Amino acid sequence: MRRIKVIKVLLAKPGLDGHDRGAKVLALGLRDHGFEVIYTGLRQTPERIVQTALQEDVDVIGLSCLSGAHTYHFPRVAELLKEQGVTDILVIGGGIIPEKDVPLLKEKGIAGVFGPGTPILQIADFIKKNIKKDLGAHGREA
Amino acid sequence: MDLIEKMRAGSQQALARLITLVEQEDPETPQILKEIYPYLGKAYTVGITGPPGAGKSTLTSRLTAVLREKGYSVGIIAADPTSPFSGGAVLGDRIRMQEHFLDEKVFIRSMATRGSHGGLPSTTPGVVKLMDAFGMDYIIVETVGVGQTELEIMETADTTVLVLVPEAGDTIQTMKAGIFEIADVFVVNKADRPGADEMVTELTNMLHISPRKEWWDTPVVATQAVNNIGIDKLYESIQGHRCAMQDTSRLAKRRKEQRRKEFIQTVEERTKRGLWQLIESDDRLTPYLEKVEAGAIDPYSAAMDLLSNGDILKDWTARTLRVRR
Repeated sequence: MRRIKVIKVLLAKPGLDGHDRGAKVLALGLRDHGFEVIYTGLRQTPERIVQTALQEDVDVIGLSCLSGAHTYHFPRVAELLKEQGVTDILVIGGGIIPEKDVPLLKEKGIAGVFGPGTPILQIADFIKKNIKKDLGAHGREA
Repeated sequence: MDLIEKMRAGSQQALARLITLVEQEDPETPQILKEIYPYLGKAYTVGITGPPGAGKSTLTSRLTAVLREKGYSVGIIAADPTSPFSGGAVLGDRIRMQEHFLDEKVFIRSMATRGSHGGLPSTTPGVVKLMDAFGMDYIIVETVGVGQTELEIMETADTTVLVLVPEAGDTIQTMKAGIFEIADVFVVNKADRPGADEMVTELTNMLHISPRKEWWDTPVVATQAVNNIGIDKLYESIQGHRCAMQDTSRLAKRRKEQRRKEFIQTVEERTKRGLWQLIESDDRLTPYLEKVEAGAIDPYSAAMDLLSNGDILKDWTARTLRVRR
């Protein structure tokens, strides 16, 4: 009964874009770094994503968008979380995100933005460093 | 406990957090389960098991739709395996259940097996209880894709549904011990595929030559979950089994056995945990471990020595008493 912290990540693709290779690569990569990854498939609405995150009690939501609609969908997820009174879920994003949009996304509550080619380890480390839920208080056992 | 009150008042967020606590075997778990105990017993639990890719998640989703039409609320526990190498997991059952994401009478929770080697995480019974206490009418427990011997579902579910596909094998497969013995309802899914009729016939024949339960005639249902065919029949079969269980007092008997088992398991778990804590924190154990590891003393003599050491046992008892609430 070693104490192991298991971090739960929801990977979601909001909007209509059908490119999920990146999300799948990340799902596998995070799995191999010891994360529990919930993947819900293509074409999600922000409402569904937030509802899923609440039921699954995840620590992190990772949003992927390659269609250019990130400036709507990503902040909308952050907004819905706020409406539900949720402040302890870390929200990050990835996909084809122009550099100029990054400050706006960060301002709207997207803690990190990761483009193509980002090493998985970098994302895993970012999550571990920035996670908001206090895992230590109830360290999960595995 | 505040969270329990919130959950009882209908907060899904509170339910979700309580499940997390139970799932990670938080020290609060016995307290949580104790407090929700008076609210238990209303939900009916259906287990869905079968090999990987048989259609368990899709069938679960379709069955949920039928239950919702009839006005029942549904909790779903969907298990997927934890990696033996990294401890991580990819939980993908939800993909098939999207139609229910925004239905507030449906609560879906994905669970990784986390070190359990059967078809279900060891904490599943606790999570079922939380969903029961939340007020769900039905709880569907979907196992990981199983082989022949992952039978825990039989202990968790009131009705166990075994989902097979036409390619599952011949008569001899269906005669083997294990998974085929625990089904209360057989489903042959993907019934539009070649070989489906033969599979249904073979299962039916096998059941005819098996020693019969005089109170329940195990049905074989052909379904096409993706095309939403045969789901009503599946629902009726589950209801049939439920009624047969109730009419013959078997449900009450099963609940009695479950309670007995939980009591013994709880004692066992707490004893084991107490012992581990002792091993991790007590210096007096280190010499034993070192000697055993080095091969200087055999593990059996060391264990006997340890278990007859009054001081250590006294400390252990004291510690266990302190943890108790």
